[in-house]
Amino acid sequence: MWQRVAALIVKEFLALLKDPKSRFVIVIPPMIQLLVFGYAATYDLNDIPYAVYNEDPGAEGRELLAGFRLSPHFREIAHLSHDADIAPLIDKREALLVVHVGPRFSRDLATAQSASVQVIVDGRNSNTALLALGYVRSIVHRFNDQWAARHGQPKPPAQLEMRAWFNPNLESRWFIVPGIVALLTLVVTMLVTALSVAREREQGTFDQLLVTPFRPAEILLGKALPGFIIGIGEATVIVLLAIFWFKVPLWGSLLTLYTGITLFLVSAIGVGLMISSLAVTQQQGLLGAFFFLVPAIILSGFATPIANMPSFIQKITLVNPMRYFMEILRGVFLEGMPFLMLVDQFWPMAVIGGVNLTLAGWLFRRRLY
Amino acid sequence: MKRQEGSKGTLGEPSRGGRLMRLRGLVRKEFLQILRDPSSIAIAFVMPVVLLLLFGYGLSLDAEHVPLAVVVEEPSAETASFIGSFQQSRYFELVPLSNMRQAEQALREHRVKGIIYLRENFARQRRSIGAAPVQIILNGVDANTARLVQGYVNGAWEKWLELEARSNGVPLTIPVQVSERVWFNSELRSQDYLVPGLIAVIMTLIGALLTAMVMAREWERGTMEALLVTPVAIQEVLLGKLVPYFVLGMGGLILSVGTAVGLFAIPLRGSVIVLFAASSLFLLAALGMGLLISIVAKNQFVAGQIAIIVTFLPAFILSGFIFDIGSMPWPIQMITHLIPARYLVAILQTVFLAGNVPSVIWPNGAALLLMAILFLSLGRWKSHKRLE
Repeated sequence: MWQRVAALIVKEFLALLKDPKSRFVIVIPPMIQLLVFGYAATYDLNDIPYAVYNEDPGAEGRELLAGFRLSPHFREIAHLSHDADIAPLIDKREALLVVHVGPRFSRDLATAQSASVQVIVDGRNSNTALLALGYVRSIVHRFNDQWAARHGQPKPPAQLEMRAWFNPNLESRWFIVPGIVALLTLVVTMLVTALSVAREREQGTFDQLLVTPFRPAEILLGKALPGFIIGIGEATVIVLLAIFWFKVPLWGSLLTLYTGITLFLVSAIGVGLMISSLAVTQQQGLLGAFFFLVPAIILSGFATPIANMPSFIQKITLVNPMRYFMEILRGVFLEGMPFLMLVDQFWPMAVIGGVNLTLAGWLFRRRLY
Repeated sequence: MKRQEGSKGTLGEPSRGGRLMRLRGLVRKEFLQILRDPSSIAIAFVMPVVLLLLFGYGLSLDAEHVPLAVVVEEPSAETASFIGSFQQSRYFELVPLSNMRQAEQALREHRVKGIIYLRENFARQRRSIGAAPVQIILNGVDANTARLVQGYVNGAWEKWLELEARSNGVPLTIPVQVSERVWFNSELRSQDYLVPGLIAVIMTLIGALLTAMVMAREWERGTMEALLVTPVAIQEVLLGKLVPYFVLGMGGLILSVGTAVGLFAIPLRGSVIVLFAASSLFLLAALGMGLLISIVAKNQFVAGQIAIIVTFLPAFILSGFIFDIGSMPWPIQMITHLIPARYLVAILQTVFLAGNVPSVIWPNGAALLLMAILFLSLGRWKSHKRLE
C-alpha cells in the first residue's frame, strides 16, 4: 500500500511543482508577505501628526505643549491661529488631532488651580483615536503631577501601578507576528489542496484515478501528504523568521508548537480537500477556498479579539480551526504555555480535521459527474 | 457551441456596427456562462452580504466586560469604595479571588485579562501617607486590548478620585483636565470605521474572484482558440469579459452599501454619487487585476493560486482598513500604494463618516483611475491573439 501511496505523492508533487509559476506562487509570495505584513500590521502609533492651537499668552500653556513636542509618539505639523483652521486640517487627515489651549489657560490654572485643554480628534479610525487619546492623557497626566508637586497640592489618595505580563512594553508586533504564522500556513495549505481535486475532476483525470485499484483512503493520503509536507516546511521557515528576524520571544517548547502546527495542518488540509472534492469546477473550488479562508482569518482573533464578538459569532468561531491555532501560537510564543494547558485547543482541531478528511474521502466516490 | 455567436455575419468588417454586434454577442455568451455555473452569481450577490453580516458583527475592537480578578487582602470601607468604581463601569467584569496565587493562576489560564491587587496596607497607607499604591497587572499578549483596558482602568480610577473628593467635602483639583471632542464618530464605535473599509476588502475579493478564472478557463478548455479564429479583436474579447462582471460587481456593491446603511446604521454623510463613482473606478481596477492574473497564468489552477495570494491578505492588512498606514515604516507605506483597496478605503471611510472632502476624494479617485488604466492596459498588452 505504501508504495502505491508514495507513487501518488510523487505524482501530486509533480503536478504542483512542474509549473514554474505554481512553484513560485507557493514559495516566494508567502515569505515576502510575512516580511511586509510583519512590519505593516501594528496597532502601535508613532508619529501621530498633530497641530497646535495655542491662544494662551502664559508660560503654562507652553510647558504643557512642550510635553507633546518631546513625546516620541507625536509629530507637530502646524501651528494654528484661527478656529476655522481646525476643520480643514482634520478633514484632510493631515492632522489626527488638534490640541487647543484656550486664552485663559494660564490664568485659570493660577487662580482656580484648574484649567482645561481641548483636544479634537479625528474619529474615522476609532481605534487610532482611542489610542491617541490615551497618549494625550498620559502627557497631561505627567504635567499634572509635576504641577501639583511644584504647587504643594496633595497627591491623589491612590496611585495606580500598571504592569503587563508576557509583553511588558505592549508591542503589538509580538501579538501580530505569531498570528501571521497562522495566516500564511493556512494560505499555503489552501493553495496546495483547495484546487487539487477540482482540477482533476475538471480535466477528467480523477475518474481515471478512481478506476485504478487505489482505495479512496489511499487517494486521500496521496492528496493530503504533499500539502502536509509543504505546510510543515513553510511553517518552519516562517517560525524561524518570526524568532530571528522579528525577534518575537519563543518561551514554550518546540514539541508543543509542532503538535499545534501538525494538528492545524491536518484540519486545514481536511477543509481544503473537502472543498476541493465538493467542487465540480476549479472556479467553484476557488470560491469555496475564499469562502473558508476569509471568515477563518477574520473570525480567528488575529486582528480583533474573539472576546469582543457578539456571543452567536463566538459560537461560530468554535468550528474555526484558526481560532485554536491562534491561541496555541500566542500561548507558546509569548506565555510559554505547557503542553497540557493547550489540550483544549488541540482536540477540536483534530476533530475538525478528522471529520473533513472522512467527508472528503467519502465524496471522492459519491460525487461523480 | 454557443461561443461563436458574436462573429456571425461580421466577417472582417471593422465597422462600428459590426463591433457593437460582436461585443453584444460576447457579452451575451458570458452572461449565459454565468447563468450555467451559478458560482459567479454567488460571488457577486451572496458573498458580500454573508461576509458583511459576519464581519460587521464579528469585527470589533471595542472591549467590554473585560474580566478582571480582584484581590483585596484586607477588605475595608476604603477598598470597597475603590472597587465600587470598577464595578460600575461597563468595561469590567470583576472576579473576586482571595489571594494572588489564585489570581495569577487565573491570569495564566486566560480566565481573566488582568488583576487588581489591593495590599493589606491599602487603608493604612491611604491614611498615613495619603497615597496608597494599587497594583494592576494585565495580560499584555494582545497589546492593543491591553492598552485600551489601561485607559478604562485610568477612567475608573479618576471617577473614584472624584467621588472620594466629593465625599470628603474637598473639591477635587485636577490641574489640567482634557476635554475631548471626537469628530465624525463621537461614540468611537469601531464598527463605524470597520464596515466601510470592509466593503473595500470584499469588493477586492469579488472583483478578482469574478475574473481571475475566466481567461484562463478559455485557454484551458481550448475555446480561446475557437475565439481566435473569429474576426473578434482581442480588446473585444476583454471588453466582453469586463462588461458582464462589472454589472455583477456593481450589484454586489449596491447590496453591500445597503447592508452597511440599512442594517449596521453606519451614517452616510457624503454623496451617494461620489461613493458609486469611486467604487466603480475601483471595481474596474479589481476586475482588471483579476483579468491580468487570468491572462498571465493561462491555467485556472495557477490563476486561482495567484488570486488567493495577492488579493485578500494584502487588501486586509495593507489597505488601512484596520491597521493605520501612517504608523507603518515608510518602505511599507510605499508598498501600500500598490494596493488599490487602499484608495477606496480612504474614500469610503471619509464619504461615510465625514462627508465629501474634496482633498481626500480627488487624489484617491485619481489614483484609482490610474490603477484601473494600468491593470486594464497591462492585461491588453499581455494578451495576444496567437497561439504559443
